[in-house]
Amino acid sequence: MSIIRFVNTDGLPAFLAYLSKDARVLAPVEKPADKKSVVFEEWTQGKPFTLEKATVPAKEAVLPQCETLLTYKRDKDPEDPSRVSLKLDDIPQAVPTVVFACRPCDARGYVTLDRPYLQGPMVDPYYKARREQLTVLTLTCPRGCSTCFCHWVGGGPSSPEGSDVLMTEVEGGIVLQGLTPRGDALLEGSGLEDGAARFPDAEAARKAAWATLNKAPDLKEAPAKVAARFTDVDFWEKETDRCLSCGACTYFCPTCYCFNITDEGDGYLKPGRRLRTWDNCMSPLFTREASGHNPRTAKALRMRNRVSHKFATYPENWGAFSCNGCGRCISNCPVCLDIRAIVLDAVNAE
Amino acid sequence: MPVLNGKELRIVGFLCNWCSYGGADTAGVARAGQPTDLRIIRVPCSGRIDPLFIVKALLNGADGVLVSGCHPRDCHYSAGNYYARRRLEVLKQFLPVLGIDDRRFEYTWVSASEGQRWQHVVTTFTDRIHKLGPAPRLEDAEPLLKIADMALTSLRPLGTGQNAALDDLKAAIKAKLPELDCVIGWQQGYDAAHTVPLFMRTPEDVDKLVWGPFNVNNPATYLPSFKGKKVGIVVKGCDSRSVVELLQENLIKREDVTIFAMPCQGTLDMARVNQELGRYSAIDSVSYDEAGVTIVADGKEHRFCMNDYAQGKCYGCTTPSAVLADTRLGTPEAVQPGAYTPPELAMLDAMTLEERLSFWKGQMERCLRCYACRNACPMCVCRDYCIAESREPQWMTQEATAKEKLFFQTIHAMHLAGRCTGCGECQRACPVGIPILALRQQIARAVAQLFDGYKPGLDPEAVPPLLGYELEEKNIHEREWK
Repeated sequence: MSIIRFVNTDGLPAFLAYLSKDARVLAPVEKPADKKSVVFEEWTQGKPFTLEKATVPAKEAVLPQCETLLTYKRDKDPEDPSRVSLKLDDIPQAVPTVVFACRPCDARGYVTLDRPYLQGPMVDPYYKARREQLTVLTLTCPRGCSTCFCHWVGGGPSSPEGSDVLMTEVEGGIVLQGLTPRGDALLEGSGLEDGAARFPDAEAARKAAWATLNKAPDLKEAPAKVAARFTDVDFWEKETDRCLSCGACTYFCPTCYCFNITDEGDGYLKPGRRLRTWDNCMSPLFTREASGHNPRTAKALRMRNRVSHKFATYPENWGAFSCNGCGRCISNCPVCLDIRAIVLDAVNAE
Repeated sequence: MPVLNGKELRIVGFLCNWCSYGGADTAGVARAGQPTDLRIIRVPCSGRIDPLFIVKALLNGADGVLVSGCHPRDCHYSAGNYYARRRLEVLKQFLPVLGIDDRRFEYTWVSASEGQRWQHVVTTFTDRIHKLGPAPRLEDAEPLLKIADMALTSLRPLGTGQNAALDDLKAAIKAKLPELDCVIGWQQGYDAAHTVPLFMRTPEDVDKLVWGPFNVNNPATYLPSFKGKKVGIVVKGCDSRSVVELLQENLIKREDVTIFAMPCQGTLDMARVNQELGRYSAIDSVSYDEAGVTIVADGKEHRFCMNDYAQGKCYGCTTPSAVLADTRLGTPEAVQPGAYTPPELAMLDAMTLEERLSFWKGQMERCLRCYACRNACPMCVCRDYCIAESREPQWMTQEATAKEKLFFQTIHAMHLAGRCTGCGECQRACPVGIPILALRQQIARAVAQLFDGYKPGLDPEAVPPLLGYELEEKNIHEREWK
């Protein structure tokens, strides 16, 4: 039996303070604007937070938008200026991190990212350092949403995959359930009251959330069907005619993991920096070759790459979709391009 | 370059090779004493100076920027300084909206023989910057989050357009369809409370066309991508201005475009609508009446009155009917002329410079650089060749700092100077709700003041103001150097 704890709503700031004692806590923070957004930000004592689903995914915890891989400094030899010495310095940047109140789709995102970054032929040391120090406290979703489809792709509103602690809102507070030794240890040290008595309420809430979902279509055939569509350019052109080819869908995706590496500065006067930043397959630079030639100029081919990767090539390599159905690409798209519709059209069309 | 702590400030000078650079030389040869704060960058002509040079300097720690070129009528390349004069004056009026004191930027004219004038200019400007002190840095600003007041009064009656002649419009499109590659309009999106662009190629597609307050997208954004093809487009009044601006700039050809227009009664601010709806699993019904829309989601009723929930731009709209069309259906409501300041701009106007810098810091921090703003913009036509992603030259770093993100927004805004029709797609497209339209609106206001009330996208024959010049500018005056 896992560790179960209960925290009442008023006790949350104290619980966050406990979490932030030895770690950076990333919690959803509301940004008021005409269009309100919720982003993950480092929590500090007294900072307001929210339990709403964030507009952005929690992937920044392991894959920041921009990180410095290394710095370099070049020095000319004063005796012989043609000789230049190069000093490299790589700064490990990983700090223990707790992600608080992400959703099951975010937590499953970490599992999706782990496969290429940790289980492939190459292990990414920067990712690994962050991932090993990551604790994920996931809040289960109270209901389905018009743009969400986690249950289509193997998840659900209370999917435990990728989480260390699963939290469920019940009347008056939150029930916390440890799922991993790390989660259990965290809860044990928290000093929160035992929640076993409230656990049935949490289970009922989770069940109720499942009941709000529509019936999911069968996507077993999707990898083969989407792959078979690859050469059908007309299909992709029709599906993506309204796409603007911006990067919103990829940057708001918890499982998109492509990155770009740039050297900033020549390193002579002050140290230069090698930056790793998010990249996206909608960007022209994603495929532009050194010669200047770009084999992928049409937006249809760019979107084809995105959908095929999530529903065909990634499953082929790793046996699971690299889409967790969080729906952020639909709700954040300026033209509401619907990845569900594209996949269904690929599966259903003759 | 290191500066003498407390004694020197960082001032960057962009000097034309043919005159002011020589003028500085003349001053030097004449041993005319000058302050040493200025760092000079020699450029071939003041017309070479892209406003982004100046903004980059100011955002990266310059305390002042001075541009000096040849006197008007004296340009080595005939007209470079005439273009510069318009561009730099627009920039000067734009800087305060970012929270940068416009006194930190100045442009003037000094010829190669005017050593004494150069001495005077550089001394006066340096004194001015010293009086202002070191420039406040965006990095040090305390983030400020503020929401614009959306309680507005419209210049014309807003409504849901449910009496519009949609069937007639569909018939007109169907009649024209055989001659056209496609017609761009709107259809229902993933539910009845969202619409998305529709590309009509068959009569069955035309039946999907919808008309109403959910038609927020600007279909003109897609027009340049259909270059060389015959294409139809259904427009609201604001969309038609984008079409006209594209025609003004020769980016599309009049004979290739067929414009279908119906008078618009306003569109919904989907940001506030979605916020009010919250997270729902399904829309049960959407019903319209003349004043607004009622949406029932998960059994809960939400009422959206057009007077309360229209997009900010709709309240001040003076072109509900297309300014240019081939097929027009319906008659528009009369517009009552009146003063109107866009809500976000009004909010910024009421702030101090310091607050504005803090405001942009607070807003830009959450930008993910997805460039939805850029790609949704109908006037952003560089597409795959945007300076934001160019490595050679590399104007922007890949860093995820508020400074870099704000720098991109100023580039975008300056590239739209005299071109932006205020359709608001940039702001609507932003997934994290950054009120970036305000930057474009400030430029539009400056352009209108400088160029006799010029508004982009009203006349297909008009030359955009920054693509032309006058020998004597009516509203741009040489500032005194006393």
